[in-house]
Amino acid sequence: MPPKSAQSLPAEPPRAGQEEDREGLAAAEGDEIMEEADEVEEGYTSSTPTSTLTWITWFCSLPGHEYFCEVSEDFIEDDFNLTGLNTMVPFWKEAMEMVLDVEPEDEDASKIPDVSIVESSAEMLYGLVHQRYILTRAGLAAMAEKYENGVFGSCPRVYCVTCNVVPCGRSDMPGVDTVKLYCPNCNDIYVPPSSRFQGVDGAFFGTTFAHLFFQTYREHAPAPFWKAPTSGGSPLSPRSGLTGYVYVPRIYGFKVSERAKNGPRMQWLRLRPEDPEELDMVDWRGRWLDEDDEKEDRQMEDFDPDAVDGEEDDEEEEEEEEESAMPGQKQDRHCPSPRRLSPEGACDPGVSSIKCCTSHTSG
Amino acid sequence: MEDISTGSDSDYSSSWISWFLSSKGNEYFCEVEEDFILDRFNLTGLNNEVANYSQALDLITDNLDDDIQDELRGSLDVQARLLYGLIHARWIVTARGLQKMLEKYKRAEFGRCPRVLCHQQPLLPVGLTDIPYEKSVKLYCGRCEDLYSPKSSRHGSIDGAYFGTTFPHLLFLVYPTLIPPKSGPSDTGSSNREAASGDSRSRRRRDEAEIAEGGGEDINTATVALKAERYRPKIYGFQLHETAKLQRWQEAVRDRQIARLEALEEATRT
Ligand SMILES: [Zn+2]
Ligand SMILES: [Zn+2]
Repeated sequence: MPPKSAQSLPAEPPRAGQEEDREGLAAAEGDEIMEEADEVEEGYTSSTPTSTLTWITWFCSLPGHEYFCEVSEDFIEDDFNLTGLNTMVPFWKEAMEMVLDVEPEDEDASKIPDVSIVESSAEMLYGLVHQRYILTRAGLAAMAEKYENGVFGSCPRVYCVTCNVVPCGRSDMPGVDTVKLYCPNCNDIYVPPSSRFQGVDGAFFGTTFAHLFFQTYREHAPAPFWKAPTSGGSPLSPRSGLTGYVYVPRIYGFKVSERAKNGPRMQWLRLRPEDPEELDMVDWRGRWLDEDDEKEDRQMEDFDPDAVDGEEDDEEEEEEEEESAMPGQKQDRHCPSPRRLSPEGACDPGVSSIKCCTSHTSG
Repeated sequence: MEDISTGSDSDYSSSWISWFLSSKGNEYFCEVEEDFILDRFNLTGLNNEVANYSQALDLITDNLDDDIQDELRGSLDVQARLLYGLIHARWIVTARGLQKMLEKYKRAEFGRCPRVLCHQQPLLPVGLTDIPYEKSVKLYCGRCEDLYSPKSSRHGSIDGAYFGTTFPHLLFLVYPTLIPPKSGPSDTGSSNREAASGDSRSRRRRDEAEIAEGGGEDINTATVALKAERYRPKIYGFQLHETAKLQRWQEAVRDRQIARLEALEEATRT
């Protein structure tokens, strides 16, 4: 068990750095299957702060605590910033002393049942203060520095092309869920890649931070609209800004038709309009403003598989070139309009080809 | 669980394929049955893709002459891997190959979707192109229908052409009952875990699923997207205007597709 405050500590340097390296290596190599073996949780209690290190610096250097920034002591010492927290943290006073490296008053020492309880209180206190701190100008700046250094990692989604992510919580109340990562490109949240973050409470980052962060640092936030580059080039080539590509599944080179049972159903989740005006075509209730006048035409087209051929607009030709190099990238970014849904006429199998594949393989 | 035989001298007994499959980083590959490899028809055209084709083929089928082995060994190993990979891409889109990969999928050997709202949905490997040496393997999630990069760099460097662009989509085409639900816990993962603990109830459930596979005539996926969960960014509990607007638009796109599919459903029924 580690000592309860910085003063009575052994002289040995913290092993946090070492552990981090080892863990980091395991995380880099280990995929899910592998990781199960690595999942021996190294409690942070095994390493302890030295007298040269503040509790806060030590805490932030522990493996799994890489996402935390250092909250300034001034912030913690200002009672206003702690409003309401004392009811959520047992052994508040002792926890405060631990976090701020203050020598405890002797009379209290005997009342503390177990130092590990105070330790978890200190962690809770620091985490909840951290949730508030990262919403301040100084906290946002501290997190921005970590963001720019790629400390939080990047989005695992292929077509987000290594867009950097920020930590976030799904709740502001502790004990609900562990920390997640928010990607500003796909507006979605992901499980951190390493199991060492599975012990970090999401409330310590909170629900607001990620979004306030991108409101504050607009240069890091991608626009909600996106136009496919007209010149060729792979979406996965060294990053040239963020992309709005949507994956298009193919079977033997043919797009899986939405008419198939296993056809795409989720492209809308990643889709972005080509220009911001398209966003205004949907009213506040989520209905298309042009619904009535377009409806009839669209249904006609739906029932006529041949209609997809030859009706294409200019974008077609440029797209064709990219086709061979990068089948996955070519996409219908235009689910709203079925006419444009299968741009490359000849390649579109329609229902019949898909059925054809089924009979071959299952037969 | 892992039985990694590190290419020691005692390995002479095991076949090249089993050595390859047990090598670190090759966990996504399944075993291509010998009959498939020995049927030259299945290998049509691969002689143009692989240098030293016949020796490479001899190597993976354990028929390589010991004399040649010494001279060519180094480069031949690379060619043998390429050849096996390209055969593998063809194998996993056959009925038997799909089954082999399905077993791995049910054990979540390709990892799980990192997207929080996919609830640990097991993934399937996929290529972005069928041409070798272009793009590394990616992982397809049948729930969010999106692609993710493997977590480990070991898997991140595998050629995507060894799995091909078709495989995961063919799998769900042939086994429509395995198309993951858009909400709730991922069944494949949980039944797997329960099965490991010998729970008879889950085994029964698995058997039922097994029986249902291959049927699926009455599956209707027209409206499944409505069940999909999505993340809604909020600041102090309030949705952001800009993302809310984008999400409304995306959901309108979704609803339009659903209307289209329902109309189609209606038309085919009558
Ligand atoms: Zn993303
Ligand atoms: Zn997913």
